Amino acid sequence: MAQIFAYIVHRAGVPDDSAAELAAAARKIDAAASPTAIVTGCGPELDGVCSALRASYAEVWKFANDALTHPNAELIRKALVKILPPASILLLTHDHLGIDLSPGLSIKLNAAYLSDVLGIEGIEGAHLRVIRQEFGGQVSSHVRCDISSGAVITIRPGAFKPLESALLNGTVIEKSSEAGALTAGRRYLQMIAAEAGDVDITKHNVLVSIGRGIQERENVAVAEELADALGGAVSCSRPVVDAKWLEKSRQVGSSGKTVKPKLYLACGISGAFQHLAGIKGSPFIIAINKNPKAPIFQVADVGIVDDILEFLPQLTSKVREMQGVRPK
Amino acid sequence: MEILVCARRVPDTSENEIALNSAGNDIERDELVFSINEADNYAVEEALQIVAKVGGKVTVVTVGGEDDEEVLRREMAMGANQGVLLSDEAFTGSDGRGIATILKAFVQKGNYDLILTGIQAEDGAAQVGGMLAAMLDYPFASLVNSIEILDGRKLKIGREIEGGNKEMNEIDLPCVLSIQTGINEPRYVGMRGVRAVATVPIPTYGAPELDLNAATVGAAAAKVRRVDYFVPQVGNGAEMLKGSREENIEKLVELMAAKGGVK
Repeated sequence: MAQIFAYIVHRAGVPDDSAAELAAAARKIDAAASPTAIVTGCGPELDGVCSALRASYAEVWKFANDALTHPNAELIRKALVKILPPASILLLTHDHLGIDLSPGLSIKLNAAYLSDVLGIEGIEGAHLRVIRQEFGGQVSSHVRCDISSGAVITIRPGAFKPLESALLNGTVIEKSSEAGALTAGRRYLQMIAAEAGDVDITKHNVLVSIGRGIQERENVAVAEELADALGGAVSCSRPVVDAKWLEKSRQVGSSGKTVKPKLYLACGISGAFQHLAGIKGSPFIIAINKNPKAPIFQVADVGIVDDILEFLPQLTSKVREMQGVRPK
Repeated sequence: MEILVCARRVPDTSENEIALNSAGNDIERDELVFSINEADNYAVEEALQIVAKVGGKVTVVTVGGEDDEEVLRREMAMGANQGVLLSDEAFTGSDGRGIATILKAFVQKGNYDLILTGIQAEDGAAQVGGMLAAMLDYPFASLVNSIEILDGRKLKIGREIEGGNKEMNEIDLPCVLSIQTGINEPRYVGMRGVRAVATVPIPTYGAPELDLNAATVGAAAAKVRRVDYFVPQVGNGAEMLKGSREENIEKLVELMAAKGGVK
């Protein structure tokens, strides 16, 4: 059985939550696996990360280099190519660094690449069988992958539940000297924080959230009117921001805001995982969508198959009518 | 600037409900509406805007069959100078690495300063751009949502990272960038525009023209293979309201009132 590694992302000296999820995924590949964590970065922060990981990984490989003050996929790739044994299986998180790093790394390692994996069924001879999603989560697929020359696998955040395990008190192994000088054709400049926007959707208890089903900029008003009636705000999924119908600050999802409303109306939203990742605190979710197979119905509390452009105005009228007979 | 955009024709999820076929092992392919992959269309628009600023030429390339010429013509109607189809029996069943191998062979026949792909297609793998860059030993950036041309064969690019934050980088040309949706506002393509390019010849290259060893691509070389499609049962699913619209609205208002949504 190939050795399994987990590349761990960290921020401000703390490993990302996905560290434990990658360990869980490793044990789905091989129940007896003792995966090795790999961390890259520099300074005392990196030592803090290594110490924290010793609890859940028997071995932690530390790669420190001043060029890695900010994660740079090309540099990390060069380091990993040097330090990974042949035919290794490497797990990473399917986030903005995983997406940047993993495809090219698989080429340099001559390993198979499996992207955004959310289930692992196990090994069949030289093959690994996994579960992915396609078409924005509308269908899933079984994928078979030849891992005889190794594999690079990105794991969907949140898809694998961390396992309860005994404290391991693992060993930190210094790997910093194994890669030599690192240079890249891409250099980090700075981080630009997201703009605040006119409405802070993270502060609202009621969100009327719209997706592609709103169809046109002019129709956004239909959602605004309902949000007004409900005393809430309008938020949206990615396609609405891409089309420039609403500001980026209204977007709910992994590349937008994380919201914690009490009531969430998903209107014409298909329910891709990137969107769902932005909804926290278990709100009551009402989904209205023309497509009865929209993935949003799997996670909603209540669902209605209807055209939001006709449904929402009538719903708004009804809410107004109720408020009229029941004074505030 | 010579720009190559790698594009793909995919089932349009805004036009289709993707469902399983009756055998339950593939998606229902009858009556699917196809269009250019959305992120690829943003990539073409970005290429056109760069060329409008600094001059140059935009080539759109796709790996596929005759049917895929449709998306090349659409992007030519948008303003791309040339469409190229890479097509060969030997390409059938290629995985991401296979597609990247085919594209690499084509890139090496030309002299491109910048190669763009969409961040991901319908399979959500987000892999071909990064693989192609590694094969060419070009720098790469994913999730790109802004591009600025700098002096000295360099670009300043923004990457969309968590929470809507933006990571700014400098990157040397030639490079490969995978473009995030929303980077620009792709121009509208009317039927007239499509008709205007309807008869423009589209060069087609197979493995021999690309000097490509057919054994390195296609199903036989693929390490990754989709076995089937399925629809998992996740949780209990929503309680579906199946009354008339009026009944559903009535029930919904009650529910929202109970949840503190209607005051």
